[in-house]
Amino acid sequence: MTDHRQPPRTKPRLSATFTPDVMSEIRRAAATGIYDIRGAGAKRALPHFDDLLFLGASISRYPLEGYRERCGTEVVLGSRFASKPIHLKTPVTIAGMSFGSLSANAKEALGRGATIAGTSTTTGDGGMTPEERGHSKTLVYQYLPSRYGMNPDDLRKADAIEVVIGQGAKPGGGGMLLGQKITERVAGMRCLPPGVDQRSACRHPDWTGPDDLAIKIEELREITDWEKPIYVKVGASRPYYDTALAAKSGADVVVLDGMQGGTAATQDVFIEHVGIPTLAAIRPAVQALQDLGLHRKVQLVVSGGIRSGADVAKVLALGADAVAIGTAALIALGDNDPRWQAEYEALGTTAGAYDDWHEGRDPAGITTQDPELAKRLDPELAGRRLANYLAVMTLEAQTIARACGKSHLHNLEPEDLVALTIEAAAMAQVPLAGTGWIPGKTGM
Amino acid sequence: MPSFDLRSAPLRELNRALHALRPDTNETHWTVTGPDGRHAIAAGLDAPISVEIEGNVGYYCAGMNKLATVLVNGNAGVGVAENMISGLVHVRGDASQSAGATAHGGMLIIDGNAGARCGISMKGVDIVVKGSIGHMSAFMAQAGTLTVLGDAGEALGDSLYEAKLYVRGSVKSLGADCVEKPMRDEHLRELADKLAAAGLAGEVSPSEFRRYGSARTLYHFHVDNAGAY
Repeated sequence: MTDHRQPPRTKPRLSATFTPDVMSEIRRAAATGIYDIRGAGAKRALPHFDDLLFLGASISRYPLEGYRERCGTEVVLGSRFASKPIHLKTPVTIAGMSFGSLSANAKEALGRGATIAGTSTTTGDGGMTPEERGHSKTLVYQYLPSRYGMNPDDLRKADAIEVVIGQGAKPGGGGMLLGQKITERVAGMRCLPPGVDQRSACRHPDWTGPDDLAIKIEELREITDWEKPIYVKVGASRPYYDTALAAKSGADVVVLDGMQGGTAATQDVFIEHVGIPTLAAIRPAVQALQDLGLHRKVQLVVSGGIRSGADVAKVLALGADAVAIGTAALIALGDNDPRWQAEYEALGTTAGAYDDWHEGRDPAGITTQDPELAKRLDPELAGRRLANYLAVMTLEAQTIARACGKSHLHNLEPEDLVALTIEAAAMAQVPLAGTGWIPGKTGM
Repeated sequence: MPSFDLRSAPLRELNRALHALRPDTNETHWTVTGPDGRHAIAAGLDAPISVEIEGNVGYYCAGMNKLATVLVNGNAGVGVAENMISGLVHVRGDASQSAGATAHGGMLIIDGNAGARCGISMKGVDIVVKGSIGHMSAFMAQAGTLTVLGDAGEALGDSLYEAKLYVRGSVKSLGADCVEKPMRDEHLRELADKLAAAGLAGEVSPSEFRRYGSARTLYHFHVDNAGAY
């Protein structure tokens, strides 16, 4: 007997290797012959701070009263050698982002928000604008390989200097600001013709290696009469050695940026495949400072995917002194806001996914030099939103710290944490929840 | 005429004293002895003074100079006059790597030879080297002039932007996107001005030089040029 009914068929099966995202990228590459460039940081799922939990106080330790007992949040950065270290009210700082990649209004908004919150903001590749200096009470001046717009007057006007070795989105990589964002003002600040792609070098032009870096830091200190804190920023790749070498070279502060940290424009393959997650970078960096007897003497600022007060508290509990936010600050200003959904769709994307920051067509008026688009961002209102967000992050971190019985955010410690996954337990070097097991450190 | 002996007082005191000078100071000529290769000597000056250093200096001598004239009667280490804004830095001996790196303005004169990466990423400075320069000089040079009376090493002007390069001797090789360009009258005049400013008027003729500049094919990233990078 033959069964003439339709035989059962295997359900159509999508590949876990060749996912729709992978296949769309293959088709795009085949059609264009060029890699994908985008802004922001790693988008793939990574072990992150959501994989950690605080234990809170109970019988073995007691908490602080939520609305009564003080929990300090202030932080001093640059106390090692600088005669004028930076005093901040909150350990949440604003990461370096350039005028050029961001509009002047966006830079002003960052300065306004940071100043209301009592924290610092940071210049980027392309130099310091008067608006940014004017609206930022505490401004960190980045000293980058390209030295675009670099001049000693701005160096002396800054409150701190950040020698940028690398960033988390692209450790070992330089940058490229595409010609469509190079207006006359941006070009003038960078000593190049308008409309020309501007490459940012991946290495500094006048020093190589840690011995030279020590001499470079000495020069910067001499030029600024040993007043300004000197930060050294590295992308997270070999955090133990990079932190140790930065400290050995004479840094006051080490800034450590994990792979979720954003960029204005970098190859997607670089963002997603080079560097290590922020979570994995912190403990080796802290260990390096402890081994040198410099923990809390050389301050550690961690950035890359920090979104909430919980993230702040976790970073500090792992031993950092402060954090820096970039992408989150842009979102607070208005980046990727659903109110611009129709325009995001016209650009072939959607609110929440827009990352073609290098193209300069940002509907929110943030990652653009188009004067009409830039006008959409009111720097006062956007600055207020950023200040609110910074206040919430600080309050959230305090809430958690009090629950752990800490009278200052810096009193949080790894012992307050457990991990939800084995990966996070290994990277953060805290026990898997419900066990005493720290992979690689202790037995079950 | 203040003088300062770095063998008997720390560098910090010298630089602090130089930084404290106001534009109308009458202490306009300083002499520094015993440099012994110390780094960052006379870095960050911001007044129309002259500083004469008797001996060899280390890294970043006259770094970020503004307005001042710094004369080195010896050799200079890495990054002499790096990121200079204005003024004059004159090295009577040889200079090491990255001389005049990223400098925005002013003039750097090197009587001897300069090492690798001379004028790297320069942004408007005029550099005159009376001897020869090393490899990768004028890498990503953006603006200004680099004049070399001797020879240039490998990969001159790699990834060059708008800086102009004048070389009298041989060029071992040109870097990506750097090409020889015709010497027109305006270039001969410009070069004559730079040579005169370096005290070489009448000693060498601009017509002995060849001009190199950017072919400008890498100004906008295009996949067809990927092999050039």
